[in-house]
Amino acid sequence: MSSTNWNLEPSLESTAVVQLQEQYDLYIDGKWQAPQEKKYFATSNPADESHLSNIAWATEADVAIAVKAARNAYENVWSKLSGAERGKYLFRIARLMQEKSRELAVLETLDGGKPIKESRDIDLPLACNHFFYYAGWADKLSAAFPGKRIESLGVAAQITPWNFPLLMLAWKIAPALACGNTVVLKPAETTSLTALKFAEICQEADLPAGVVNIVTGHGDTGALLVSHPDIDKIAFTGSTAVGKQIQKACIGTNKKLTLELGGKSANIILEDAPIDQAVEGVVNAIFFNQGHVCCAGSRLFVQESIAARVIEKLKFRLQSIYVGNPLDKNTDIGAINSKKQLETIERYIQLGQEEGAEIYQPACKLPSKGYYCPPTLFTDVAQSARIAQEEIFGPVLAIQTFRTIDEVLQKANNSPYGLAAGVWTDKGARIFGLSSQLQAGVVWANTYNKFDPASPFGGYKESGFGREGGLHGLSAYLKITQ
Amino acid sequence: MQPNQHLKLQEILAQVPPIDQIGSLERVAKIQSRSLKGPTKLHGLRMALSMIDLTTLEGKDTPAKVRQLCYKAQHLHVTSPELPTVAAICVYPTMVGIAKKALENSKIKVAAVSTAFPSGQAPFEVKKIDTLYAIENGADEIDMVISRGHFLAGEYSYVFDEIAAIKALCGTARLKVIFETGELDSLDQVRRISDIAIAAGADFIKTSTGKIQPAATFPVVLTMLGAIKDHHDRTGQMIGMKPAGGISSAKIALQHLLIVKEVLGEAWLTNEWYRFGASSLANDLLMQYQKQLTGKYQSASYFSID
Repeated sequence: MSSTNWNLEPSLESTAVVQLQEQYDLYIDGKWQAPQEKKYFATSNPADESHLSNIAWATEADVAIAVKAARNAYENVWSKLSGAERGKYLFRIARLMQEKSRELAVLETLDGGKPIKESRDIDLPLACNHFFYYAGWADKLSAAFPGKRIESLGVAAQITPWNFPLLMLAWKIAPALACGNTVVLKPAETTSLTALKFAEICQEADLPAGVVNIVTGHGDTGALLVSHPDIDKIAFTGSTAVGKQIQKACIGTNKKLTLELGGKSANIILEDAPIDQAVEGVVNAIFFNQGHVCCAGSRLFVQESIAARVIEKLKFRLQSIYVGNPLDKNTDIGAINSKKQLETIERYIQLGQEEGAEIYQPACKLPSKGYYCPPTLFTDVAQSARIAQEEIFGPVLAIQTFRTIDEVLQKANNSPYGLAAGVWTDKGARIFGLSSQLQAGVVWANTYNKFDPASPFGGYKESGFGREGGLHGLSAYLKITQ
Repeated sequence: MQPNQHLKLQEILAQVPPIDQIGSLERVAKIQSRSLKGPTKLHGLRMALSMIDLTTLEGKDTPAKVRQLCYKAQHLHVTSPELPTVAAICVYPTMVGIAKKALENSKIKVAAVSTAFPSGQAPFEVKKIDTLYAIENGADEIDMVISRGHFLAGEYSYVFDEIAAIKALCGTARLKVIFETGELDSLDQVRRISDIAIAAGADFIKTSTGKIQPAATFPVVLTMLGAIKDHHDRTGQMIGMKPAGGISSAKIALQHLLIVKEVLGEAWLTNEWYRFGASSLANDLLMQYQKQLTGKYQSASYFSID
């Protein structure tokens, strides 16, 4: 029998498990409330541009009502509960999320465009684990900071991005609630649906009214929320540009702030690295979630002696990456989150070619509707090129080579960002040497894009400040004094 | 060993890349999570059947059992004459003549295990006689075992020479080199022996004898395929792969084929370059094949054991 084409037929996840309403109101004070100005906006599926639902657009009056509800819940209910009681609610939420994880995963994929296998195997398990993890801390806060006096902060304003909608919600709400704060959360406008499903879970869990409030809307809603005078804490994950605006808005206020912003993380392959696993690591680093990952390893540095081989292997590997319908269980790269983001990515791909870098994209057939971008490599990229300096937030990798370790350290650190880095080598000493000198919040060794609730995450420089996750994540939601 | 051969081996050994076990497991898990449906699955099942080296390697083997197996190799399932035949019958050298005769009107190959299979614990002269006996009786393929003791002791040139010497005896018969990876301790060792065997003239590299566990685990197979890929990129020469031992279900077999597709490419998806060493796999493939065609599982009683 001679060899023939063996193509994988589509294997589609059913959407029957998801029940969507035609319209979603704001979730404030444990109830669904129509926005004061009766404004709604449409949310669609980036995979085929189909309409999904209409979502309330919160304005100043709505934000004021939500903050007031959160303040009441904080003063009268939540801050008076024991840690053990708060923990029980969090465990209940975690279990409900687990029970509904199939529905939530499909919805996350429908609304955001990420491959079902990622929402199913990564986003949902991690989001649930985050609630379980912080539920466990709720009654052990004094043990977490021995000898210190700890107090909750009050009302937290939280703004989440569109790349990991439910996971970032979990990163923000779980520690805030565990520490005794109440929250008003604004999800990203293109991906609000799982946050609204989460509101239903809060209702089902009998969480006291006002402890969690979800106000949907565009950037203006977020701006109103962070500038509200009765907010004690702001947690923002998103772009560096917006992060800077928020920081300015906080000047002269008592608001505690954590920012988790952009990145242009360096992934470094040394010549003694396990080369096939390193190539796979590059794929995980840049093509995970369409490259919509703040810590994406978007700059690849390969040591000169193995550079040609690594690039050859990478090009071959890209041939078995499936781009297409995110609901297909075989899809590796799904839909770009929005038309706007696709245009940004395409602009950078154009720019990279104008800057003289060599482009490689595997031949792949993209769906005719929806927003898609093939995996893209740029080789011969200059350190000064914009595609090597600016965050693209898409499946685009800028590859540079280096000769010495000093050189790669300088180049890797020569960035306004400092979120993450990867080091690939067979020598433990080199891992320790590099990781202590790389200016990055996370350095992964012989792996990339690994997350765990117990592990803190956050950046240096323009990638933000403050840590989410782990013990460090608690201190972002507590006032700790001697 | 000739001096130039010695240099060649030194060069090969210097280039053996390290293998990261965690990364290998993750790569395998990614491929295993792929979903095969409908025509893709049916095609995969047919391919897998055509790649089987139908095997019987027991002390109690009889000429009659070998003849039965040869019949089954040609007629896998009574109700599905459209199915391909298996690739080969794999037997001990003493059964080669019997198998050869039973298969004389077919294209099915006869493979003989040799070099004091399965342990390889015999003097080199004995291994040569063992191999020559199989060749003289008409074996199309020789499945030799390496001397694991010498390999683990770091005597790589001994192992290299032994493979090269057996290869020289094979003539037109294709040589499969069995590593018995269950005895080799680490993926780094698996990669090292893969590179040595390919350099010494192996036409196929094979994981295991089937007598030792673990046998053809996914990370081991992935590592060996990596060696084949690198050799092909370097020289343009294709080397075949044969996982053996523990591949008893259609699901596992299909996952192996997916790994081949992604790591080597579709050129390897033929029994010219890929084989499964298995005894019970065929019937599970047949059952799954019938399930795909009819939508119903049939009783195991409908599938003949030999």
